[in-house]
Amino acid sequence: MNNILVIAEAFQGKLRKTSLPAVTFAAQLAGKTGGEFSIALLGSGISGLAGELSSFGAKSVYIVDAPEFTNYLAGPWAKAVVTLADKIGATAIAGVADTFTRDLFPRVAARLNAGMVSEVTAIFGEGADVTFQRPMWAGNVLGTVKVQTPKSVFSVRGTDFEPPAAGATSPVQNVTLAYEDDGKAKYVKFEPTVSARPDLGEASVVISGGRGLKDKAGFALLDEMADLLGAAIGATRAVVDAGICPNDLQVGQTGRVVAPQLYFAVGLSGAIQHVAGMKSSKVIVAINKDEEAPIFAVADYGLVGDVFKVIPELTEAIRKHKG
Amino acid sequence: MKILVTAKRVTDPDAKIRVKADGTGIETAGLEYKLNPFCENAIEEAVQLRDKLGGEVIAVTIGNDDAVQSLRSALAIGADRGIHVKLADEEMDSDLAARILAKVFQNESPDLFLLGKQAVDGDSSQVGQLVAEYLDLPQACFASAIEAAADKLTVTRELDGGLETIEVSLPAVVTADLRLNEPRLPTLPNVLKAKRKPVAEFTVGDLGIDPTLKVVTVAYEAPAARAGGIKVKSVEELMDKLINEAKAL
Repeated sequence: MNNILVIAEAFQGKLRKTSLPAVTFAAQLAGKTGGEFSIALLGSGISGLAGELSSFGAKSVYIVDAPEFTNYLAGPWAKAVVTLADKIGATAIAGVADTFTRDLFPRVAARLNAGMVSEVTAIFGEGADVTFQRPMWAGNVLGTVKVQTPKSVFSVRGTDFEPPAAGATSPVQNVTLAYEDDGKAKYVKFEPTVSARPDLGEASVVISGGRGLKDKAGFALLDEMADLLGAAIGATRAVVDAGICPNDLQVGQTGRVVAPQLYFAVGLSGAIQHVAGMKSSKVIVAINKDEEAPIFAVADYGLVGDVFKVIPELTEAIRKHKG
Repeated sequence: MKILVTAKRVTDPDAKIRVKADGTGIETAGLEYKLNPFCENAIEEAVQLRDKLGGEVIAVTIGNDDAVQSLRSALAIGADRGIHVKLADEEMDSDLAARILAKVFQNESPDLFLLGKQAVDGDSSQVGQLVAEYLDLPQACFASAIEAAADKLTVTRELDGGLETIEVSLPAVVTADLRLNEPRLPTLPNVLKAKRKPVAEFTVGDLGIDPTLKVVTVAYEAPAARAGGIKVKSVEELMDKLINEAKAL
């Protein structure tokens, strides 16, 4: 019997909604392997968020709220997660694949002597025969993997599991865990990306720009269109490398993976690494002056043209449409 | 500073990867291989740190006989010597790679272990963190800047939502992100010099490591191709399609 512990995330005092598809994964896995799942949230001053986690049918919601957990550090947090997992008899740990779990979960897996599967996109089979699908080679290959150890750790692709469905109300339990800090790592500071726009992972429309927009001034061309659509802005690696956009706007194999209802690819060629991060979008629009650009092969609607002419025109048309 | 650094050999990141018809792996015929781009960043950083602070850079790879080529690439960038642990990719998972690297670390006792934040074939992004836990060392993953002092590093990490700075005491494990530096193109004299630098070879047995895998890949398949779309001729036509056909606006 599988007992799955989902690690939810708080960020700057709020529940990170993008961490919730892991609950859906856990519910599916519990269904297929005859088990149950719980949700845990660690942090400081986060007790008030328990209510947002208690309506998904989890067996329990565990809140670890203590000042020591104000800032994340991999070593002490891995120890805390494993202590909690042992305490409640968890056999599997799950969370959404993002920079938090990428950093933390392998350490948790090592402590649990568990096999870890990164970026799970689907669950196959059931019972002891359960296997997991995960993208490899920038999504050009889908591997099916099997965990050989009694315990397992999963990071799951948030774009491949729905936000959790409402379920029975879960009891909330406050848990006190020792904060075991060996002092080898020290938090110094966090500089958040300041943006009034929605998060890339949560927006229903994403507008990504590439080198075709040339510079910061060119990139600013996307602002008005994004404002009108309530869209998030994304970028290619080249644009981030050039310092035009902050790193956390990079969409692709090694950045964020998004799957909005509508994705605009503006002045970007469609390198394998970028396409890996956006090809699950529902509707893809590509605008590029090079009609041979590979992005047109994945776009539902392609428009060959100069982005500096097309974007103002398109922005105007959207403004009219939105009335 | 004595620095251990990874040099994984991967398929060309820009190559179109195809799955074998029987689903047992990928088609390797005609594929080119390169040094993992994130390892390149790690090696460049290691060499820069050594040039500034003195010490030694040891590159380590795990792979079949051909993996020695990525060690030569690392040596051409400026690493001093290489360690080749012979084991085919198919016989490895992130955990075994981490246990091998942890053993190499224990044998060499470096001050710093720099790794790429992920390899662009498996895309798991686990190995550095696993090594850190196995060795009970502090980690700083997804580094975009490293400042070194005598007994500690100050590292900037690229996270979802912003940039974080942490300090780690040495020895430490750091994984490199793409913006850590601009890896140099090795010069011809350095490529030639790299051929004469020493490379030690080990098997998993030599290192006394249990080769049992925790995660096995049982099948490979190609993802469903996205159905091709259409080209529109104007912004007007695009708006019409988005509103009336896709109902996306």
